[in-house]
Amino acid sequence: MPVVMDAERISRALTRIAHEILEHNRGLSNLALVGVRSRGVPIAHRLAHDILQITKEEVVVGALDITLYRDDLMGASVGLAPLVRKTEIPFSIDGRTIVLVDDVLYTGRTTRAALDALTDFGRPKSIQLVVLVDRGHRELPIKADYVGKNVPTSRQESVQVHLRELDGVDEVLLQGKQ
Amino acid sequence: MKRLLKGGRVVDPVNGRDGIFDVLIDGDRISAVGTNLTADGAEVINIPAGLVVVPGLIDMHVHLREPGQEHKETVATGVASAVAGGFTAVACMPNTKPVNDNAGVTKLILQKAAEANLARVYPIGAVSRGQKGEELADIAELKEAGCVAVTDDGLPVATAILARRALEYTSMFNMPVIEHCEDQTLKGDGVAHEGPVAASLGLRGIPGVAEAITAGRDILLAEMTGGHIHIAHMSAWTTIEAVRQGKSRGVKVTCEVCPHHFTLTDDLLAAPVAYDTNTKMNPPLREARDRDAMIAGIVDGTVDVISTDHAPHHYDEKNVEFDRAPFGIVGLETAVPITLDKLVHTGLITLSRMVELMSVNPAKILNVPGGSLSPGAPADITILALELLVTVDKAKLVSKSKNTPFHGWSFKGGVAATIVGGRTVYSNPAAGMQ
Amino acid sequence: MLTTLRHKHLLGIADLSPDEIVLVLDTAEAMKEVGQRTIKKVPTLRGRTVINLFFEPSTRTRTSFEIAEKRLSADTLNVAIASSSVVKGETLVDTAMNLEAMAPSMIVLRHASSGACHLLSRICKASIVNAGDGMHEHPTQALLDAFTIRERKGRLGGLKVAIVGDLLHSRVLRSNVLLLTKLGADVWVCAPATLIPPGLKQMGVTVTTRVDEAVAGADVIMMLRIQLERMQGAFFPSQREYFSTFGMTEARVARAKPDVIIMHPGPINRGVEIASEVADGPHSVILDQVANGVAVRMAVLYLLAGEPQNNAAAD
Repeated sequence: MPVVMDAERISRALTRIAHEILEHNRGLSNLALVGVRSRGVPIAHRLAHDILQITKEEVVVGALDITLYRDDLMGASVGLAPLVRKTEIPFSIDGRTIVLVDDVLYTGRTTRAALDALTDFGRPKSIQLVVLVDRGHRELPIKADYVGKNVPTSRQESVQVHLRELDGVDEVLLQGKQ
Repeated sequence: MKRLLKGGRVVDPVNGRDGIFDVLIDGDRISAVGTNLTADGAEVINIPAGLVVVPGLIDMHVHLREPGQEHKETVATGVASAVAGGFTAVACMPNTKPVNDNAGVTKLILQKAAEANLARVYPIGAVSRGQKGEELADIAELKEAGCVAVTDDGLPVATAILARRALEYTSMFNMPVIEHCEDQTLKGDGVAHEGPVAASLGLRGIPGVAEAITAGRDILLAEMTGGHIHIAHMSAWTTIEAVRQGKSRGVKVTCEVCPHHFTLTDDLLAAPVAYDTNTKMNPPLREARDRDAMIAGIVDGTVDVISTDHAPHHYDEKNVEFDRAPFGIVGLETAVPITLDKLVHTGLITLSRMVELMSVNPAKILNVPGGSLSPGAPADITILALELLVTVDKAKLVSKSKNTPFHGWSFKGGVAATIVGGRTVYSNPAAGMQ
Repeated sequence: MLTTLRHKHLLGIADLSPDEIVLVLDTAEAMKEVGQRTIKKVPTLRGRTVINLFFEPSTRTRTSFEIAEKRLSADTLNVAIASSSVVKGETLVDTAMNLEAMAPSMIVLRHASSGACHLLSRICKASIVNAGDGMHEHPTQALLDAFTIRERKGRLGGLKVAIVGDLLHSRVLRSNVLLLTKLGADVWVCAPATLIPPGLKQMGVTVTTRVDEAVAGADVIMMLRIQLERMQGAFFPSQREYFSTFGMTEARVARAKPDVIIMHPGPINRGVEIASEVADGPHSVILDQVANGVAVRMAVLYLLAGEPQNNAAAD
């Protein structure tokens, strides 16, 4: 299975994105990182850490579970509903710049759900999007502001992001056709 | 018209027979039983191996529902079900609408039975007028019209004093009082056997003792009065214990058990189909201890009769919440397969004992013809198919109602043919009868 | 890790495995967070119809279900039918088949007959959620009780739970006994001998008629309502005598652990099964139970709501 990114490349990509966020927003005033569960959350924490290294300033981090906003809970057969976890945003998002963080951008539906979920928490000044991998095949008009790596894929392939915090290893894999 | 049943196994305990014999029927009577019988001009019916010729089976506890509840069953559909189940005669309970507490209702039932002309029907009259438990019904008139016993079945005889009077009064006519044993205050609004299953299903319980208390009362009263008490559809181990003690003291007490009570337990209320209203009957399915006591009583001779308590109810009446459903299941067409499979093939009882339980003793208790193949007796004959595999399909029941808990069950043993008054009223092609 | 229920219906705790119960409780934690937001609504069940079919009067349970449904954006419909009118008219089966023709996703049923939910589950395509059937089960009550205990105590296993009150007629008791024993709690049940159903011991609990013994060292005291309307059958001589022998007073609570919690499914009969000082006292979590009921019911509705058609959103 081809390794698209290893630990070193992931680390470098995130450090670059941290710099881009700071440049783009001219500083940290009123900025918050919100990771989309599950793997967006550790990525958001790593970005916060990188930002702390660069600026010596703390940036708040939240966790967003978008399960309840998914658009694919249909049918009435025996439940295969995805596991719902807690959303933890211990700060007001009103008037803030929210940087939404996810691992993979694909159809755009997760991001759409995340945007819906976020707006239920308040009215941010703006929302920006970080993804570690953009694999294409968008089904909605959604575009990432910061991308770790663009990975051309076919729809039959799957992209798997493994992170130290959840999986014990940092790597991005491209799984071939089955 | 003569008919010769040739070369079959004949089981006739009254005449001490169990072997290969020919049975000669002349008109509506048994003419002779012996070996190598011949008769000029007789229709010869060869009995294949595996079939057994026995005296016609008598079910002394059925509900034919007519008059008044013809949507459940009629006399005609009931006797059709009876002969399909191997019964040549049935005794029907008086809890019709109106109650069979007068000669008019008795005669109506007998007239319907004559029109149907299948199984014999012996009406049972009410103990009390309107089964209200207040005053005795006109029992002499009922006897005269054709009733063979009295009961308030569906309910117990309401009070000890009324039970005493009934036992005293019926002793003049040599009729038994058949008792539906159930202390009404202990039963309350119970719908299932009181025990762990009812507790876990949240169903109000009927303790076994509710049955035994009334049985005990009636056995003591029978002892005191010299009357004949017959304990219907026993379900609790304590009841059979009371009967056993009464019999040991010489009390005129007889008793019956239904196939569901020696086969099933209340576990069936919980699984495979929880709250299946076809597992709701009165008395209720009880625990293994009770079921095993019924089998023990059948084996040791305490139990006199296997009856069905055939209680047809319409589909709509059963397709409701468990506690709203009426009590009762149909039983005429499943009794023989269950008894052969669970009692005879298992070696618990002999065929001869089965004939005593289902033919000899009911005839004796009700003082009606039948129970033997003696020359001169009515030619009421059941032919059993010992090895026939019977799978119960409620849709194929002859009874108007289909409320059986045995749907889909398979049993070894069935009915090949039923002969009433020398006439074949039912024959089962699957059992090799023409 | 279990992520879904193995059942289409919630008929009772009896059908649930321990990991399914934990899944409901975990999911309820996420649902509780939704209830703490300014906008207490998520679009999860948009376009689904849920019918609350109540054959018994109920304010607490029905409103709790209704709020749960609304917070999940389901379309809700309340059908309340007095049991007396059913006797005269339509059967439960006919009522259900008529409602079924309107294609609801779920029917939440409260009914006076034990097993009514089982009956509907055999004839309806909709998922049936038991909101209390006769004396049988009240599974969402037991789940919200367990949620409340876990929230306070961090666990259920090993806790001593004393359940005191009308054990004979209580569906809350049955569901709670099933749930608590499945998750390893040490369950004691206590009532006058006339209100103890035979067969209760077989459910894996300690049965006693001595309330002091039941509450001694208890982590949780759960009171059951004495249904005064049912007590005509002389199960005990008087309310006064019941309170003096079984009522939960401060003196009795003092025999339990210092951090004991007092629970009651409501509605409370003050001065019959519980003293006001206890119901309103520092150990009482009775109002937490009510609040948690919404989260637990949201979790149940969500978990029964069905499978994703594809995994398009899992990018």
